[in-house]
Amino acid sequence: MINHALHLDAVCRAFGGLQAVDGVTLTVHPGERRALIGPNGAGKTTLFNLIAGAMPLSSGRIALFGRDVTHAPAHRRAALGLARTFQITNLFPDLSVLENCLLAVQAHLPVRFSMFRPVGRYPALLERARAALQRLELEKLGDAVVRNLSHGEQRQLEIALALAGQPRVLLLDEPTAGLSPAESRLMAGLLRRLDPEITVLMIEHDMDIALELSDMVTVLHYGRVIADGPREQVKADPQVKEIYLGA
Amino acid sequence: MIARRALLAAVAVVVLAAVAPLLPAYPLTLLTQALIVGILAMSLDVLLGYTGLSSLGHAAYFGVGAYAVAIMATEKQAGLVACLAMGVLLAAATAAVFGLLAIRATGSYFLMITLALGMVIWGLAFRWVSLTKGDNGIAGVPRPSLGPLDLSGPVPFFYFCLVSAAVAWALMGLLVVSPFGLGLRGIRGSETRMQALGYNVWLHKYAAFVISGVFAGFGGTLWAYYNGFVSPNDVQLVTSVETLLMVALGGPGTLIGPALGAGIIVFLKNFVSVYTKRWLLILGGVYIGVILFAPSGIVGTLRGRRR
Amino acid sequence: MSAEFWIAQSFNGISYGALLFLLASGLSLIFGVMRIVNLAHGSYFMLGGYVGLTVALRTKSFTLACVAAAVAIGLVGVGMERFFLRRLQGQVLGQVLMTIGFALIFQDLALLIWGGDPYTVPIPALLTGTTRLGGAVFPIYRIFIVGVATVVGLALWLVLDRTRVGAMIRAAVDDAEMAQGVGINVPRVSLAVFALGAALAALGGVIGGGFLGVYPGADFEVLPYAFVVVIVGGLGSLPGAVAGSLLVGLLDNFGKALFPELSYFTLFAPMALILAIRPTGLFGRG
Repeated sequence: MINHALHLDAVCRAFGGLQAVDGVTLTVHPGERRALIGPNGAGKTTLFNLIAGAMPLSSGRIALFGRDVTHAPAHRRAALGLARTFQITNLFPDLSVLENCLLAVQAHLPVRFSMFRPVGRYPALLERARAALQRLELEKLGDAVVRNLSHGEQRQLEIALALAGQPRVLLLDEPTAGLSPAESRLMAGLLRRLDPEITVLMIEHDMDIALELSDMVTVLHYGRVIADGPREQVKADPQVKEIYLGA
Repeated sequence: MIARRALLAAVAVVVLAAVAPLLPAYPLTLLTQALIVGILAMSLDVLLGYTGLSSLGHAAYFGVGAYAVAIMATEKQAGLVACLAMGVLLAAATAAVFGLLAIRATGSYFLMITLALGMVIWGLAFRWVSLTKGDNGIAGVPRPSLGPLDLSGPVPFFYFCLVSAAVAWALMGLLVVSPFGLGLRGIRGSETRMQALGYNVWLHKYAAFVISGVFAGFGGTLWAYYNGFVSPNDVQLVTSVETLLMVALGGPGTLIGPALGAGIIVFLKNFVSVYTKRWLLILGGVYIGVILFAPSGIVGTLRGRRR
Repeated sequence: MSAEFWIAQSFNGISYGALLFLLASGLSLIFGVMRIVNLAHGSYFMLGGYVGLTVALRTKSFTLACVAAAVAIGLVGVGMERFFLRRLQGQVLGQVLMTIGFALIFQDLALLIWGGDPYTVPIPALLTGTTRLGGAVFPIYRIFIVGVATVVGLALWLVLDRTRVGAMIRAAVDDAEMAQGVGINVPRVSLAVFALGAALAALGGVIGGGFLGVYPGADFEVLPYAFVVVIVGGLGSLPGAVAGSLLVGLLDNFGKALFPELSYFTLFAPMALILAIRPTGLFGRG
């Protein structure tokens, strides 16, 4: 229990009569790369929302690096090192790419309350924002307004924003959603080069990419964990095969 | 870009200052009024255009500032600095209390709550007769003097308002380009993303609400001196509504746009009143026209903004 | 303060609440289905009163006045929604500004047509005077108001709960996108709800005109009350509108009677309390 990055204990979330997440217990260790897979409607994004604090639990506990965050608001969890991306691109459409990144960079810094100097007068901030863009090869787009970016570029910016705050745990919600096969390959390459110290939990529909980028796999079905373990073991699990072949 | 805007503003200030002594009395008072109301419009822009919170009760803080000055100047014979300080402080306190209630709400709820809160202030102005003289209003607010400077003449008072408006514009201008201001624009863009990034969105919205109220209150204090008379009409719903139109007309999120919108509405109102009593009809028409044909407002459209 | 005082004031509060219910129930449903904050809702109330006034004076029929007002303003609502508001689907601020524009136009048109003097809608002799119930004296007209509101409330509840149309409306309030997905014609439902809301507000205006009168400024005066009812009761909820109306009616009445200098303040306190405990209102879903 002590050596975990993220620990979920019997986490449940009900919507009216529907149990979207039903008693999920799992542990993700620091530096681990874990894929969260399952058919549509299995409760994966709901689980992410619960972990990130975007939605309250019906019951259960969530701990981040040993700290109980079950009732902590989303911004508090982010301050503890949790970052997430969104399945449906959630950027700041009217701001420039650089401004999007600046927001991510200053989020945990006291400077975010500074009211009397233009943001351009903080070279350290600009530096970090540009570095975050460079990591995803987006520096050339610095002044472009996000609204005008292509879908692929926006998906990359999603990740750049999540990484800009230097997180310890990264929740990636379908990073390749809506990308062409070529773009997906590029994205997979970027994700492979992520800092190995970051713990990554990823929802991904593209099974090849999911299995390629992860060491551990958790399979969710109707809100329950039906398989959980090393990649090869889960791949060979008969129940998992039935769900995916039967579907 | 900031330097360019500051330069344009400086030029505008200099031009206005030079022209003022040459203008006849009536246009000069209208210009003074436009400056004061411009401060109110800009304060609402910080909340609406930058943070994305549509408030229909902004006249409340304007009114609290105005009443504070009126009461202190007529009953306590308090000087300029004391009156301004009291007005701004009380407006801030009001915004601080109202903010606690309003900021929990989002979207349309926020709109309705701010409207109701604005009416609370109106109701107090109307019924707390022992304090506010109710419907009769408080008359006889003397023009102030700043130490040896007598500001009672139309030209000195205009300069006083010009400087005040310029300072208010500069402070708000710095706010919206600061990291905090960027945060507000982020909130307008996507609150959920801001939460996910680690911002305490409630706190930022609350701060914007109170700051906006402070500047509105400041405008109110000047209004009391300008008009010499403060009444519940200054805090009625129509005033909040007119302010909202000034922001929409000028261009939300541009700061100078709403100030311009304020000027246009002030001149239009006074000009139109000479020829017809149908001012509200025209105002309503302007509202609908702006929404249908120029949703980014004048300055917004000029800057090529998309809304 | 005698028992008579409390009874009389309670009854006044309830009857005022009944009037507010007519106004706020429509507003709540409109918001529930369309998510529009209609700042012209007070104008419907006022215009309804004026139209009712004119019809009552011409035809000497109170019933006809009520019907005419409801129909006329219902049509105005339809026109507003269909030709103006619908263009701004999803733009909250745009819609709000547009409804404000209409509210201002309506206010000025009313001033133009009916002038600045206050009037009272003539009520049938049957409804004037007072009656004794259990030792206390009650104005018959106020009993009538409570009666009308009760009938309307029951009718609304029956329609919403027991009819297909009602089920469609409830579905649209719950989740408009989903409702459209299962084949409900949400735009048509929205239009119907909008017309109904406007008509109810107009009816409230005629009936209110019988004892509060119709006068310029009634629109913006009654609007915050409608909003407080809806905030306190919860948007899109009929039981919420009932609870909110009663609460606001009673509190406003007692507030004015006991603390006349702080009248709007007595609206503020419960609203504050409720927002502190339940931000979506007593029966609301947020």
